[in-house]
Amino acid sequence: MVAHRFVSSLLEHAREGGLPAPAVTVFGAEDRPAYDRVRLSSWFDDRDPGGLHLEPYPEGAVEVVAPATVVAVDREAQTVTTADGAVRGYDTLVLATGSRPFVPPVEQHTAPGCFVYRTLDDVEAIAAYADGRRTGVVVGGGLLGLEAAKALTSLGLETTVVEFAPRLMPLQVDDGGAAALQARIAELGVILLTGTRLDRVVVGDDGVARAVQAIRGEETIAVDADIVVFAAGVRPEDGLARDAGLGVGERGGIVVDRLCRTSDPRVYAIGECALAADGRVYGLVAPGYQMAEAAAAHIAAASDERAFTGADTSTKLKLLGVEVASFGDAFGAADGALAATYSDSRRRVYRKLTVAPDGRLLGGILVGDADDYATLRALVGEQPPAAPELLLLPAGTAGAVTLGPAGLPDGAVLCSCHNVTKGAICTAIDDLAEKGAETGNGEVTTKQVGLCTKAGTGCGSCVTSIKSLITAAGGGSSALCEHFSQTRSELYTIVRRDRITTFAELLAKHGTAAVGGAAKTGAAKAPASAKEVNDGCDVCKPAVGSILASLGGLLAEAEGAGRKPHVLDGGQAALQDTNDHVLANLQRNGSYSVVPRIPGGEITPDKLIVIGEVARDFGLYTKITGGQRIDLFGAQMADLPKIWRRLVDAGFESGHAYGKALRTVKSCVGSTWCRYGVQDSVKMAIDLELRYRGLRAPHKIKMAVSGCARECAEAQSKDVGVIATERGWNLYVGGNGGARPRHADLLATDLDDETLVRTVDRFLALYIAEADRLERTATWVERYEGGLDRLRSVLLDDVEERGADLEALIAAHVDAYTDEWRAVLDDPVKLARFATFVNAPEAPDPTVAFVPERGQIKPLLTLGRR
Amino acid sequence: MWTAVCKYTELEPGRGVAALVEGSAVALFRLGDGSLHAVGNIDPFSGASVISRGITGMRGDGTATVASPMYKDIFDLATGVALDAPEVRLPVFAVRRHRGVVWVGPDVTSGSAPDAELLTAATPAV
Repeated sequence: MVAHRFVSSLLEHAREGGLPAPAVTVFGAEDRPAYDRVRLSSWFDDRDPGGLHLEPYPEGAVEVVAPATVVAVDREAQTVTTADGAVRGYDTLVLATGSRPFVPPVEQHTAPGCFVYRTLDDVEAIAAYADGRRTGVVVGGGLLGLEAAKALTSLGLETTVVEFAPRLMPLQVDDGGAAALQARIAELGVILLTGTRLDRVVVGDDGVARAVQAIRGEETIAVDADIVVFAAGVRPEDGLARDAGLGVGERGGIVVDRLCRTSDPRVYAIGECALAADGRVYGLVAPGYQMAEAAAAHIAAASDERAFTGADTSTKLKLLGVEVASFGDAFGAADGALAATYSDSRRRVYRKLTVAPDGRLLGGILVGDADDYATLRALVGEQPPAAPELLLLPAGTAGAVTLGPAGLPDGAVLCSCHNVTKGAICTAIDDLAEKGAETGNGEVTTKQVGLCTKAGTGCGSCVTSIKSLITAAGGGSSALCEHFSQTRSELYTIVRRDRITTFAELLAKHGTAAVGGAAKTGAAKAPASAKEVNDGCDVCKPAVGSILASLGGLLAEAEGAGRKPHVLDGGQAALQDTNDHVLANLQRNGSYSVVPRIPGGEITPDKLIVIGEVARDFGLYTKITGGQRIDLFGAQMADLPKIWRRLVDAGFESGHAYGKALRTVKSCVGSTWCRYGVQDSVKMAIDLELRYRGLRAPHKIKMAVSGCARECAEAQSKDVGVIATERGWNLYVGGNGGARPRHADLLATDLDDETLVRTVDRFLALYIAEADRLERTATWVERYEGGLDRLRSVLLDDVEERGADLEALIAAHVDAYTDEWRAVLDDPVKLARFATFVNAPEAPDPTVAFVPERGQIKPLLTLGRR
Repeated sequence: MWTAVCKYTELEPGRGVAALVEGSAVALFRLGDGSLHAVGNIDPFSGASVISRGITGMRGDGTATVASPMYKDIFDLATGVALDAPEVRLPVFAVRRHRGVVWVGPDVTSGSAPDAELLTAATPAV
């Protein structure tokens, strides 16, 4: 990686300086292109080594000789010799040989089943060997050891970590931090033996590793181990330099100066193999990159501007799912250093800050909650804006100071990967905002900031900080879009309070271009031309459409109107996004899928037959969904009403698979059939589904009800999950599958039916009132001010006295519910919108075509995947 | 050359329709200000004939737009150009309203119709 960075930087220097491209030859001992060793463990996620590859060198720019091990350097002749005897000359030689794993020389440490953890070959060999085996031991409880432990657990091995020091990660965290870390890791089933010395590897009769013997205090421990992984540290790979007579440190490492030159000025050494000018060997990649830049700048441009004099070894990692950060003078080693700590062994959180006697922040350790790592690290050397003990309190605690990056001095480095200061980021945000205002498409994004400054494009740990700087700059990330300076939640309040029933009215009265609107909100931008901005966009229109639909029942009730407005009524019809536009799900060839509601997943044979007949008669592809219903694909828009007619006549209604609304309530068979069920989960699922069907929300809502703790309905991955107990129901909220899975939080236990429904009413109504556009309950619950405890007291104890108000929304929805499909069939105006062409309503769309596959149809596409 | 496609009042403000004009699909929009726009109905990013089912909008500088329902690419209704990929664009057709009927004319962005008169015809007739 360091060599790769060096070569890339060297080529860039040449290109920028208009110099002829240097002739570069790279020798690599491994038979692979350069790859990201730091993310080695992620190979276990998909087993695709390609995912780790670094960006290839430009075509023809570099000669890569691999696999080829350089075995000798002749400094006088200026040549290197590879293992096969080939000799190559050089003008300048750069050693980036890295390090080799340290394997303690215990008995049988080379037996089959013993591995190190450094290369892709290593992880492939471990994975292959682990197949069918049961137990694993990792020797070493540092960063690398915990990575290896993660790998072994992901291979399904019962894993034990043996660490000689009295705690895990002895270089990064102190005793308190390690205690929190260890408690969290132990929860994952990894056994930790700290203060334990490996004595020997025990082999079976076949000579293969079976166990390890270790010594803790007076005690000798035997641990089963089909696999032993040594991850007890590394040693600089300096043999080549040593043999060539270059200066080498007492404890290893090729001695280099600030420009990374060895004792021979034609030879450089960078990365883990080098003993840097500050007398340290750095085992982290960031200092390695800095050395690569130092050497490249000097070799290409004779510049000493990037000279390497030492590096910040601050780190933030996620180890086995636990956030661990350590920065600055983490241990308070400086003279007179003082420390403040916060520790919660219940939540397994430990946070410590060290300060100088004059109050300047020196460093810190964060375990279990490292959200404000970027901000705190940037404050090192500064007077923090509040007492350290207040900075340590978890957000939401009385007195806690939430430290936004807004409070940082301009000189503070926010992106340490690219060394970008807060000041530079703020300047970029202002420039982008100005440019955006001129062109009228104004939102500043973290991506744009990254393009301008490189900030946030490295490890990504500062992206949250950049986002909050954009918000603080009035970059309007809280504004819905350029047409509304309000958030979705604020618009919801306005619509409800003022009983607004059309988008046009809301835009005219409260949009940014509204008369007086700019003055009222302060943040609004006047249109650049005299032309009146009398239309919204694809962001605000569906969001407002959703708000109007959520409030439809309540507003209709307030107006004394008998009927709730339909999402395709008059002006609302033009607000609806892709799927709501025609009450079906758009597929990639422009056809639609149709999903009738099957409450709780319960369906009669007769209804199943109807679905089958409809699919057959309209030539639709059918598939069972994850939500316990049946999806019918390949319907032409003009056929949708005909399909609905057949379904509605058979007693079906819309399943709202197209809406940001309740989708399904999944259930197991419950106590009616199941030997283990303790409550009637099917009935509860049907009741909930019929209660909330059609309820529009900021995003889709999924629910499930399980009849016992075995949880066959997977309720804990749903927005609302209900699990039966002997005494009633446990209610979970905020679960999610998808790209960012989240286990739901347990909100309340042993509720009776009535309390359960009332609490779900309040939860959904509060979510609809307060969430952002397209925000699932998972993120909303996560960021709920005051956390789950507060949410619980609002929903269950009604501490904000909003219960009745929240319930009223749902009650009005239930009263006003009608089937959206049937309403279209009953209304000629809406029905007319389903014409293929306005001047040829029944003509089929010639671009929608299908080909057979596995006895059904699939779309015939005119373009490939985008 | 010109095809009568529907009555002006059949068009819901902000909600498009597709029309068949000389064998190809055209997306036709009547915006909130009464103006008419006609662009090709095929989304160049997906190949699906769906532009008429997109959401119309207006940028701060008064540019009228439509967002494709497929991958949400946004097109300038006056020029057909995709805002985030200027090399991609939809054909733009002349459109006019005459005695309550909407007429769609030739593709004013193709090389064969560089006629200034046709370009002006793309703006709404009063």
